[in-house]
Amino acid sequence: MGRPRIMITASAALAVALAGCGGDDNAGAASARITYWAVSMSSSIEEADLLEPLLDTFTEETGVEVELEVVPWDGLWNRILTAVSSGQGPDVLDVGNTWSASLQATGGFVEFGEDAMEAIGGTDKFIPASLAATGADGLPPATIPLYGQAYGLYYNTQIFAEAGITEPPATWEELVDVGRRLTVDTDGDGDIDQWGLSILGGSAGVGSHLAFILGRQEGGTLFDDSGGPTFDSDEQVAAVRRYIDLMESDRIVSPSDAESTMTEALSKLADGRAAMAFGQATTRQALASLEFDDYGVTRIPGPADPPTGGSDIGSMVAGTNIAVMNSSEHVDEALSLVGFLTDEHAQVTLNEAYGTLPVIEGAYQDEAFDDDGLQTLGTNLRDFAEPFPQVPEVAQMETLVGGAVKELFAQAATGTVTEEDIRAALSEADSQMEAAG
Amino acid sequence: MNVGSTRRGGSVRAGLSMGRESTRANRRRGRLLPYALILPAVLLETVVHLGPILAGIWTSLTRLTQLNIRDWTGAPVVWWDNYRSGLDPSGPIGGVLWETFLRTVAFTVLVVAASWALGMMAAYLVNTEFRGRAAFRALFLVPFAMPTFVTVIGWSFVFDRDDGALNHLLVDQTGVLDERPFWLIGGNAFWAMVVVAAWRLWPFAFLMLLAALRNVPGELYEAGVLDGASRWQQFRRITLPVIRPVNAVVILIMGLWSFNEFTVPYVLFGPQPPESATLLASLIYEHSFVNFNMGLGSAMNVLVLLFLMGVSVWYVRTFLPRTHDA
Repeated sequence: MGRPRIMITASAALAVALAGCGGDDNAGAASARITYWAVSMSSSIEEADLLEPLLDTFTEETGVEVELEVVPWDGLWNRILTAVSSGQGPDVLDVGNTWSASLQATGGFVEFGEDAMEAIGGTDKFIPASLAATGADGLPPATIPLYGQAYGLYYNTQIFAEAGITEPPATWEELVDVGRRLTVDTDGDGDIDQWGLSILGGSAGVGSHLAFILGRQEGGTLFDDSGGPTFDSDEQVAAVRRYIDLMESDRIVSPSDAESTMTEALSKLADGRAAMAFGQATTRQALASLEFDDYGVTRIPGPADPPTGGSDIGSMVAGTNIAVMNSSEHVDEALSLVGFLTDEHAQVTLNEAYGTLPVIEGAYQDEAFDDDGLQTLGTNLRDFAEPFPQVPEVAQMETLVGGAVKELFAQAATGTVTEEDIRAALSEADSQMEAAG
Repeated sequence: MNVGSTRRGGSVRAGLSMGRESTRANRRRGRLLPYALILPAVLLETVVHLGPILAGIWTSLTRLTQLNIRDWTGAPVVWWDNYRSGLDPSGPIGGVLWETFLRTVAFTVLVVAASWALGMMAAYLVNTEFRGRAAFRALFLVPFAMPTFVTVIGWSFVFDRDDGALNHLLVDQTGVLDERPFWLIGGNAFWAMVVVAAWRLWPFAFLMLLAALRNVPGELYEAGVLDGASRWQQFRRITLPVIRPVNAVVILIMGLWSFNEFTVPYVLFGPQPPESATLLASLIYEHSFVNFNMGLGSAMNVLVLLFLMGVSVWYVRTFLPRTHDA
């Protein structure tokens, strides 16, 4: 027959070849080589330079080769989503610890039952608080703590000393009081240029964290026992009221902070435009990069007269966790990497470099962490922190509650916010959550 | 291949000596040839375009969440549930969707109008002869040529409340305002977004309209001038009618782009824009990729697709010239 048939054959072959481009061509590789997605923890550190030597040690010890890929925070969530839905992902990966229950619900991750826990060094080596933020209540952990974070109240010791304040505020009332005394117009031009406190009012993430922490202090929870949202309970309204009031009626926070989302609060703390700021463990490093060390750290205080049912916390259990994917063909090797990274040597090296808190008790004795601020934050994590709600819908809760807090700050920056406004905003978030859930 | 090459060599000879009885077969093969040629394109088109659309429509009928993403073919089918909650204006999700829809329409109208007006003025200006014309032409293309996130981050500095150039101008320099307004949060965020999006888009209108203006025959203007037409009359009676087909296409494309705008609010405000600046694309992104509720996100996507298709069909029929008119 003539050309047409050849053309058809050729076209079909071409189409098949093109369609085949997307396929997986490394199936069947049987060597013990695992892939690890490490999240980019700090803009000032080259992750590969820090992790590669450690991973080389791991390879020497176990013979397992590790292919490292550094993934930025922004893209991590979506990449995990793709990995889970396609079944093509890394063996081991870093995750935000608040995502644990969400990720667990996908069924795409190895659950750390007794055997797996034993394989990575046992439950006992970890700080109990860190282990609380590893998955849904009543289920084995789906993620394992790696880098700990905790909230703290940072204060400028020089400003405190000049004002004759010797002790950092120990209650919320003292915080507001000290804040008022330190909110001043230092150069007499009619504009306040030193504020008592600086916050990231434009950040939905931070907004949801503070709504949780202050909410627990009031005795509230964001979800009830059956997993339904209780964003607009009296306790939560009181908590958000207290947070918004810092700007609205206490006036110790600059209205400009309603726009702040990144590191503005720290810059203000460092250059004296603010006397105090809320920060996490890595804040120490950010302040060091601003060459500022006249600061102290304490706990974010609660009300002097705690409401019944209120919890005495000043932080949530924050941080980065590590997980193993179910699709891994080398689960044992993956587990030994998790064990290696949560052992003392790696914990000291990595947490010291990132400015995060070790998640194992043993590492705190190391001289690398012999620092008052760090020890305070470690105490905040161990003794005064509760895990963020361990429910699959946690990301949506962050968007909704955090979004509501953010909008309320935008309103407070230019006008007034009433109790009804707060209740309405939280009810709206609550019903959005109900409707989707 | 081996067989093919001998056949090919043979077919030339055979073709020369072939009798009448085989011409019909040849004709049939000839009819198949065009289809064979477009087959790869059709297959690719199906895979690349139709596939995702069909997958999206299917997803919109399911309750695909993180609970079943791993085995997404097994996601429970809920039929019209997602559409029902999305379209119910009194429900929490539908309420937000309708509000966002109206906001997106307003945004699109404003951005397209502003971009078109600016593009038209610039094109008209550059279309006349003057020194330095080429420099202006290049300068006007800068917003379009630079990467979106670079320019939009620049704008976010301009709009900063304390240190931004805009407030410096309005409050410190000229004293038009006493209080420093916020541009990136609250109600003003919408206007900031419109300004940035229009600034991004107008060079496209400029480019297309400039090309169109070049094709307006000079004789028409000469005749107009002889009849005493003013500049404005020349513009209204000569320029606009002649460039009408290009205009119609430019407005359609800019409208579709603006309606689907995602990058500008994302870069200007971060992953969660203020309520006043939340457009449909951001809302769909939030439902699908932040909340993991892909069924609902897809349903919203399908609604947007249907709306845009309806508007586009109406628009093309009303404003674009039919082929036989041209």
